[in-house]
Amino acid sequence: MPIRIQADDFDLSAEIAALRKGDPRIGAVVTFLGTVRDMNDGSQVKGMTLEHYPGMTEKALQEILDQANNRWDIYQTLVIHRVGQLQPEDQIVLVAVTSAHRGEAFSACEFIMDYLKTAAPFWKKEDTPEGGKWVDARVTDETAMARWVEK
Amino acid sequence: MKLELRFFASLREALGVSEESITIPDSVKTIADLRLELIARGNPWTEVLAEGKVLRCALNHHMVDPSTLLKEGAEVAFFPPVTGG
Repeated sequence: MPIRIQADDFDLSAEIAALRKGDPRIGAVVTFLGTVRDMNDGSQVKGMTLEHYPGMTEKALQEILDQANNRWDIYQTLVIHRVGQLQPEDQIVLVAVTSAHRGEAFSACEFIMDYLKTAAPFWKKEDTPEGGKWVDARVTDETAMARWVEK
Repeated sequence: MKLELRFFASLREALGVSEESITIPDSVKTIADLRLELIARGNPWTEVLAEGKVLRCALNHHMVDPSTLLKEGAEVAFFPPVTGG
């Protein structure tokens, strides 16, 4: 499945091996791996809980992948996003894209990640010394997505 | 018109409800109308859904803007701007 929402961790090497197996057209694999930091907005983060909207999340991610496929000459795409309890240093999200040449895969991977940040229904609640804190959306994420509209 | 409401993240916590089935009067036609209808319930609704609050809304799993028309039996979700990734 090109889209997986799961509580379990994932193995980057195994995912890439499975993604490109049996496809000798591939000359480039670009991946983005997001991980949990121990600081955010000046607060120590002891852990976090990721909530999502089952049913909508999968559709929103599929729409993002469809757009990427229409826009760039790429082969396979994969998005894994974890939900539930996570600790600093844990893996949160993986986006992987394969193509014949690196340019297409780099652009598509960044596009998918920028859209995911503003259009996929996930929410982070951080566990800080001041208590549970819902993470605020960043203006920089909106800006990052907007630049794809202008191109 | 009957609707299935869903609330997520900080909204769900502040309202103390994650889902609800409601029947709305004919005068409520759009997402914006629905928000006003819920605001009129009094607190915590009035405060949590207040017009100044930046919220997102989805109709049948698609993100929509406030002018979007409601549909019979639709699932309507309110939530804060997303923060995944």
